[in-house]
Amino acid sequence: MVFALIGNQNCGKTTLFNQLTGSNQHVGNFPGVTVEKKEGIIRKHSDMTVVDLPGIYSLSPYTAEEIVTRDFLIREKPDGIINILDATNIERNLYLSLQLMELNIPMILALNMMDEVTASGNTIDISSLSKQLGCDIVPISASRNEGIAELVSRLSHLSPPKRLDFCTGEVHKAIHSIAHIIENDCRRISTPVRFAATKVVEGDEVMLKSLQLSAGDQEILRHIVDDMEAALGTDREAALADMRYSYIEALVSRTVVKQNRQTREQQRSVKMDAVLTHKYLAIPIFITIMGMVFFLTFEVFGGVLSDWMDLGIQFLTQRLDILLTGWGINSFIHSLIIDGICAGVGSVLSFLPIIVILFFFLSMLEDTGYMARVAFVMDKLLRKIGLSGRSFVPMLIGFGCSVPAIMATRTLPSERDRRMTIMLTPYMSCSAKLPIYAAITQAFFPGYGGLVMLSLYILGMVVAILLGLLLKTLVFKGEPVPFVMELPAYRLPSLKTIVLHMWEKAADFLKRAFTIIFIASVAIWLLQNLDFQLNLVADVSDSVLASVGRVIAPVFQPLGFGDWRAVTALLTGLTAKEAVISTLTVLCDGVALTGLFSSGLAAYTFLVFTLLYMPCVAAFAAIRREVNSLPKSVGMMIFQTATAWSVAFLVYQIGGLIVHGLG
Amino acid sequence: MTLDELKIGQSAVILSVGGTGLLRRRLLDMGLTPKTTVMLRKVAPLGDPIEVELRGYELTLRREDAGKIQVGGVK
Repeated sequence: MVFALIGNQNCGKTTLFNQLTGSNQHVGNFPGVTVEKKEGIIRKHSDMTVVDLPGIYSLSPYTAEEIVTRDFLIREKPDGIINILDATNIERNLYLSLQLMELNIPMILALNMMDEVTASGNTIDISSLSKQLGCDIVPISASRNEGIAELVSRLSHLSPPKRLDFCTGEVHKAIHSIAHIIENDCRRISTPVRFAATKVVEGDEVMLKSLQLSAGDQEILRHIVDDMEAALGTDREAALADMRYSYIEALVSRTVVKQNRQTREQQRSVKMDAVLTHKYLAIPIFITIMGMVFFLTFEVFGGVLSDWMDLGIQFLTQRLDILLTGWGINSFIHSLIIDGICAGVGSVLSFLPIIVILFFFLSMLEDTGYMARVAFVMDKLLRKIGLSGRSFVPMLIGFGCSVPAIMATRTLPSERDRRMTIMLTPYMSCSAKLPIYAAITQAFFPGYGGLVMLSLYILGMVVAILLGLLLKTLVFKGEPVPFVMELPAYRLPSLKTIVLHMWEKAADFLKRAFTIIFIASVAIWLLQNLDFQLNLVADVSDSVLASVGRVIAPVFQPLGFGDWRAVTALLTGLTAKEAVISTLTVLCDGVALTGLFSSGLAAYTFLVFTLLYMPCVAAFAAIRREVNSLPKSVGMMIFQTATAWSVAFLVYQIGGLIVHGLG
Repeated sequence: MTLDELKIGQSAVILSVGGTGLLRRRLLDMGLTPKTTVMLRKVAPLGDPIEVELRGYELTLRREDAGKIQVGGVK
C-alpha cells in the first residue's frame, strides 16, 4: 500500500516521516523538476510505503510543488493520504485538508503538536471535529513519538472522506452545476469530479486544459461562474478561499476551546523575536551566528575531522601501496590505484566531515525556525536580483564550499529560487580557491595580497548580482514565487531529524564521490599521466592533458595567460581547485611562479578566471543532483566558463588600457 | 488604507485583496481573506518586509504586496 504524506510547511511533516520510516528512506526527485521526492517503508509494516510530498499550503496550479502534489495524487492514486496538521495553527492547516478531501482518496488527519495545545490549556474536541469533517483524526506529537502507533494501526482501513460539501449558497450552486457538466470529461481523464469542479470554479488553467472541454461547455461554465461572481460581488478565487475559511472558522469555533490566545511556544517565540529580529540587533546577531557556524565547521570540528580523515586515508593508501608493491603489480596499475584513485577520491572524501558538520548546524537553524527569521531580516538585500531572503544562507555557505551550499538549496520553498540560487552560488569564492590566490598574490603582488583577494571576493559577488539581474529578465521571467512566508514558532529540533538529515547528506555525497567524482578523477589522472601512445609519462609536460593545454592555450591569449602551463593547471583544477596550484608548482618545476605570467595584470586576470570558471567535479555532481538534469547542469558549466572568459577578457583589456594610459 | 500603512501594534480588518495570479492566490491561501483581523507585529530591520499576525500565526510579506490589501477598522 502506498500512502501520501501531505501537510503545510513547518507542521512537523519531516519529523513524522522520520518517525514512520526510521532510516528506511530513499531520496530522489520528481521527474523533470527540482522538487524532492522522499519515499520510505513504514517500520514493522513492510507492505506500507509512505511518499513524503512537498510542504504546501494549497493545491493551486501556480507552483511546481503544488502541481507535482496534485499530479501525484490524481495519477498515482495512492491508497491513502496522511494529512499532517499543526494543531496550534489549525485554521490555516485545515485549509489544505478541505482541498485534499475533494480528491475523494481515503484520508486520515494527523493532528500534530497536540502536546503544545494541551500544555497551553486549550482543548480540541477530536471526536466532534472528526464527525463534522467526516474524516478520521488522530492526535499525535511527532517529536515525542506519541500517537504514531495509533496512526499506523489505522492506516490499513482508511475510508474516503464522508463529506465533500463545505460550500453554501452561490458557490455551492456553481460547483454542483459544473460538476454535472464535466462529469464525463472527468471520468475520461480519471480525475475526481468534485475536485475538478472546484478547480474550474477557481479558474484553474491547468485543470481546464486537461479537461479538454468543448467550446459549448466552456461557454456554459463561463456563464455559471459569471453569475456566481455577480451574485457574490467578488471574484472566483476570493469566493472559494473565503468559502473555505468561513467554514473552517465556524468549525473551529465549535470544536476548539482556547483558554489562551497563544500557546506557550508562541508566547516564547514573540519574546525571542524581540531580540533575534530586533531592529538594531538582528543583523549583528545573524553575523555572529553565521560566523560561529563557519568557525566551528571549517576551523574547529570540520578542520580537525578532515585532517583525521586525511590521515586515515593516507594510512590506508600506504597499506595498499605496500600490498601492491609486495605483489609486484604492474607499475601503471599501481600508480593508477595509488596516485589516481586513492589520491583523487581521498581528496574529495576529506570534504565529508565538513559537509556533515555543516548540515548539523544548518538543520539546527532550519528546524528551530531561525532560518525563516534570516529570510525575514535579509530579504531586502536579495530582492533586487529576483531572489528572496531564503537564498541568503545557501549563498553564504558558498564562501566555504559550493558543494554543501548547493545541497542546502533543497530547503528553498520554490523551484525557481532553487535553480537560480544554484546558478549563482558558485560565484561566491569558495575556500579551496584561497591557496591559489595566496600563492599568486605572493608572487606578483607582495604586500597587497589582502587587497587583491578582497577585490576578487567582491568581483565574484558583483558578477553574481549582474547575472542575477540578467537571469531575472531573460531566463526566469514569469512571476517569482511571492515572499509570503510563515514565521513558525521557535521549537527545539529533534535530534533524530537532525541525525537523519546529516546521514542523508553524507550518503548523498558519498554516492557521488564513488561514482561521478571517482570517474572524473580517474579520467583526469589518466590524461595527466599518459601520452597519446598510452605510455606512462615521466614528465607531466609530455602528457595528453598538457597537449590539450597547449592546443587550447591560444583561447586564453586575449586574457593574457596563453601559457600552456597555466591552462593545464586550470584543467586539473576541475578535480578540486587546490590542484591548480599544485599543478602549477609541478609544471614550473621549481622555477618561481613569476615566470608564468608576463605582467601583474595577466596574473590578476588568471585569478579572475579561476574565481569564475566552472566549479570542481564535486560541485558539478551536486548541481547535477539538485537540478536533476544532465543537459541543464552541463549548460550551466558552459555558461559559467563563458562568463569567466568574458569577464577576464574585459578585465585584461580594460586593465591594459588603464595601465598604458598611466604609462 | 492598505495593510502596509498600519503602525506597529495596530490591528485592522481586511476589506479586499488585490494583486493578480500567484501572488493573489498565495495571499488568499495563507488566510488573508476579507473580514479577517490582522495585526502588524513588526517591520524588518531594513524597513521591509513586514510581519503580521493573523489566524493565530505569524506571517511575513513584502510592503509592496501588503500594499495590495485594503484594510479598515484600524484599532
